[in-house]
Amino acid sequence: MKVIATDVLIIGAGLAGERVAIATAKEDLDVIMLSLVPPRRSHSAAAQGGMQASLGNSIMGKGDNPTIHWLDTVRGSDWGCDQEVARIFVDNAPIAMREMAHYGVPWNRVVGGPQDVFIKSKKTRIEEDYEKEGLITARAFGGTAKWRTCYTADGTGHTVLYAMDNMAVQLGIDVHDRMEAMRLIHDNGRCLGAVTRSLRDGEIVVYLSKSTVLATGGYGRLYGISTNAVINEGTGSWLALQTGIVPLANMEAVQFHPTGIVPTDILVTEGCRGDGGTLLDVDEYRFMPDYEPEKQELASRDVVSRRMMEHIKKGKGVKSPYGDHLWLDLRHLGEEHLKTKLREVYDICMYFIGVNPIKELVPVRPTQHYSMGGIRVNKDGHAYGMKGLFAVGEVANWDMHGFNRLGGNSLAETVVAGMIVGKCVAEYTKNTSLKTDVALAETFTQKELDKITQLLNGSGNENVYQLENEIADALHHNVGIFRNGGELDEGVAKLKEVVKRTKNVKVRTSSSGMNPELSSALRIEGKAKQALIIAMGALNRTESRGAHYREDYPARDDANWLNRTLSRWPEGAEEPVFDYELVGVLDLPPGDRGYGGGEQIPMKIDLEEYNNRVDQDQTVKGRLKPVESTGIRLPKEAWKEAE
Amino acid sequence: MGRTLNCKIFRYNPTKENDKPHIDTFYLEETPRLNLFTALSKIREEQAPDLMFDFVCRAGICGSCGMVINGRPTLACRTLTSDLPDTIELFPLPFFKLLGDLSVDTGIWFRDMAERVESWIHTETKFDPIAEEERMNNTLANEIYESERCIECGCCIAGCATAQVFPEFLGAAGLNRIGRFLIDPRDQRGNEEWFELISTDEGIFGCFGMMACDDVCPKDLPLLEVFAHIRQKMTGMTLKTLGGFKS
Ligand SMILES: Cc1cc2nc3c(=O)[nH]c(=O)nc-3n(C[C@H](O)[C@H](O)[C@H](O)COP(=O)(O)OP(=O)(O)OC[C@H]3O[C@@H](n4cnc5c(N)ncnc54)[C@H](O)[C@@H]3O)c2cc1C
Ligand code: SF4
Ligand code: SF4
Ligand code: FES
Repeated sequence: MKVIATDVLIIGAGLAGERVAIATAKEDLDVIMLSLVPPRRSHSAAAQGGMQASLGNSIMGKGDNPTIHWLDTVRGSDWGCDQEVARIFVDNAPIAMREMAHYGVPWNRVVGGPQDVFIKSKKTRIEEDYEKEGLITARAFGGTAKWRTCYTADGTGHTVLYAMDNMAVQLGIDVHDRMEAMRLIHDNGRCLGAVTRSLRDGEIVVYLSKSTVLATGGYGRLYGISTNAVINEGTGSWLALQTGIVPLANMEAVQFHPTGIVPTDILVTEGCRGDGGTLLDVDEYRFMPDYEPEKQELASRDVVSRRMMEHIKKGKGVKSPYGDHLWLDLRHLGEEHLKTKLREVYDICMYFIGVNPIKELVPVRPTQHYSMGGIRVNKDGHAYGMKGLFAVGEVANWDMHGFNRLGGNSLAETVVAGMIVGKCVAEYTKNTSLKTDVALAETFTQKELDKITQLLNGSGNENVYQLENEIADALHHNVGIFRNGGELDEGVAKLKEVVKRTKNVKVRTSSSGMNPELSSALRIEGKAKQALIIAMGALNRTESRGAHYREDYPARDDANWLNRTLSRWPEGAEEPVFDYELVGVLDLPPGDRGYGGGEQIPMKIDLEEYNNRVDQDQTVKGRLKPVESTGIRLPKEAWKEAE
Repeated sequence: MGRTLNCKIFRYNPTKENDKPHIDTFYLEETPRLNLFTALSKIREEQAPDLMFDFVCRAGICGSCGMVINGRPTLACRTLTSDLPDTIELFPLPFFKLLGDLSVDTGIWFRDMAERVESWIHTETKFDPIAEEERMNNTLANEIYESERCIECGCCIAGCATAQVFPEFLGAAGLNRIGRFLIDPRDQRGNEEWFELISTDEGIFGCFGMMACDDVCPKDLPLLEVFAHIRQKMTGMTLKTLGGFKS
């Protein structure tokens, strides 16, 4: 058994993982990052549109501040987020953007003087302030009161990840790429490292660490049809679930992005609509202002996606061999704009579907895009119930997004949370000694080896690719944008069946090396179990909140459901166990979002009583004590000044 | 009726005893708008479960899927079969370490390149979290972005004659990385440091300037202009080093 010891083991080398690596390496700790792929190929590289921070440099962002950003975020979350965490995020986002500039990101900058832009799709002349010339500029995104999304053309994730990785290279941080973490090693509520498998040659390697950080990204690929990279298979959240101790939170909160292209489901950024693009129907009629007179195409994603599906259901979709879709109209933005600020979008349309967006309409429809759910952590990023285990980025439920995250808030979360959680990891690690329990590591390794033997030599007859398709199918058809009891019941039944069948998977070739089919087979149990959790969570939640929409329960129910779903899968159990905790201290009382319509059932208890229960409730549900007490970062009623 | 595609794929598993490089042929029904990501995934699911290849973003953004397609190094995910003849020949990118079949280790090479060219902003300035960011002209930001767009796919290296005979050569991607930091005012490297990096056989002297790289780069990076700028800068530095001019 090959064993490698380190202070900090970071599983995942996207933006969130790298930011934690930098924070801890700067504290002179030994750090190793693991990744399925070379760090720069992580999915963060694919983010296009930008990241939100209330710098307020552009004239269209004038007067912006963290409190306004916070209000947008809390409303966007449909009050499902932890308001204190959202506050920590908005306060630090401007610092993070500037720090990334310091690391080398070539942010687009303010150009003083008159500029022609589109506002609510009308060509408008604005005057940028000469005083602000050369500072980081911003574009419009959905669900925001100000232009706040910082960008480098439509390659923001790419430039930010490259700058971050440059810093990691400069600091000499070790990366072991093509290494997949398979199992966490833990004992008595403490994480001691991980068992991994090399995707180069199939070798099993054990890492022992003082602290372990999961930064593995989202689980979008469970849906099959998704804008996500093919490696976003929820392997990191599975690592946590597999412990039987650490809960996954709000897994039913799945975001659908309004503009995946048809076919191929590749994303074209929200920046398209932010920059003035419009949505048209089969008659080339612009329908969004009819549904959302105020925000139009730039309501939050959950709302725009629902409106689009609603419009398609009215027969206004465009028929195609790949199903009905709508159009994204970018023609009026002009060639110059499309070949500079939306260049990736231009390339994607041209190469993948042969559509020239300068002259033609782009076929789009809502497509699975983001995982609000994930490993439940406290505000330090420390996982519930497991000392020494942290989670950060899309895989974590830190919970600034609640039931719908705003565009541009996720990429920003990775670097902000990376910064904050990185500090906590460093602190924790410095006060911890390495526990090298080789016998324990061997037990966990043996479990993995047994699983491999079973898959290669067992007597099963299930085909892993078939099961993957069935999972995707069940989620797509039964746990989609519009949900209802009947379809969810059916989805749960199908997925329970699939979970059972994963025990009988058989790999067809015993080829040596990484063996791609074996690699997939090793992931299938985690995929099936998480899919079932998504479906059961959605069935249990008899209300509509953010991206979770129940046709049979269309109201947001703050009397009964102003809470967060927690799911665990105890070792050996047939089914997951559900629990619910209060969302956190509420400063902005639940109200109307200002878009999306819908009814709200008011809270049964008053705000103060709710808030008084939070700390104790979350502690009972497994939360480790955060370094600072609950609610301390939330300035009381600061929002009243911004209103 | 769609075409039947005849996919001839290079196979070799270095971890398998006695395996020898060979070609396997797979037949596949062409569907509308089929790209090589979907095609290869289908072949793996239905015909060759042990076939190795790399895709991540499948959107032409992450640089994972460089391979030689009918003789040309390019991104497989955004190559449509409708742009190819009935017979499709797929080989791994040459130059890089072969991991198996169509999968090569570009990651290690690019990390090494980043270390060699010190691909980061060299600065003495400390980050001040409460200070306003340093200003930059937007035109310059856009120019830096042009070079920054490289996705490290390795196609330019695979297509470069120098790289094949001289493995230490930094290649177009390496030279482009130098060019990116050369124009960034935040990077405070001095002429001497740049000179040491550029005017070597690993650097610009190794380059024949036939621009195969420029021809294959799937992101259309302005490599020609970047190289011209590097040469120009170097000439300026040479003159200074020879003691001719002071600027
Ligand atoms: C197409 C697209 C565009 C987007 N655009 C935007 C945008 O404009 N603005 C915005 O705010 N958000 C955007 N998002 C969302 C945002 O990009 C992601 O949420 C964010 O980048 C996630 O970063 P991360 O660091 O958490 O994870 P990732 O970048 O996904 O990195 C995950 C890392 O974990 C590794 N890993 C995974 N599993 C394992 C394992 N078992 N063992 C070892 N390593 C593992 C992977 O190799 C990878 O290095 C976009 C998302 C998509 C899909
Ligand atoms: S110009 Fe020719 S020799 Fe120079 S980097 Fe490009 S391909 Fe290689
Ligand atoms: S320069 Fe072009 S071809 Fe070379 S690695 Fe970068 S993107 Fe690929
Ligand atoms: S898979 Fe990312 S570029 Fe092809």
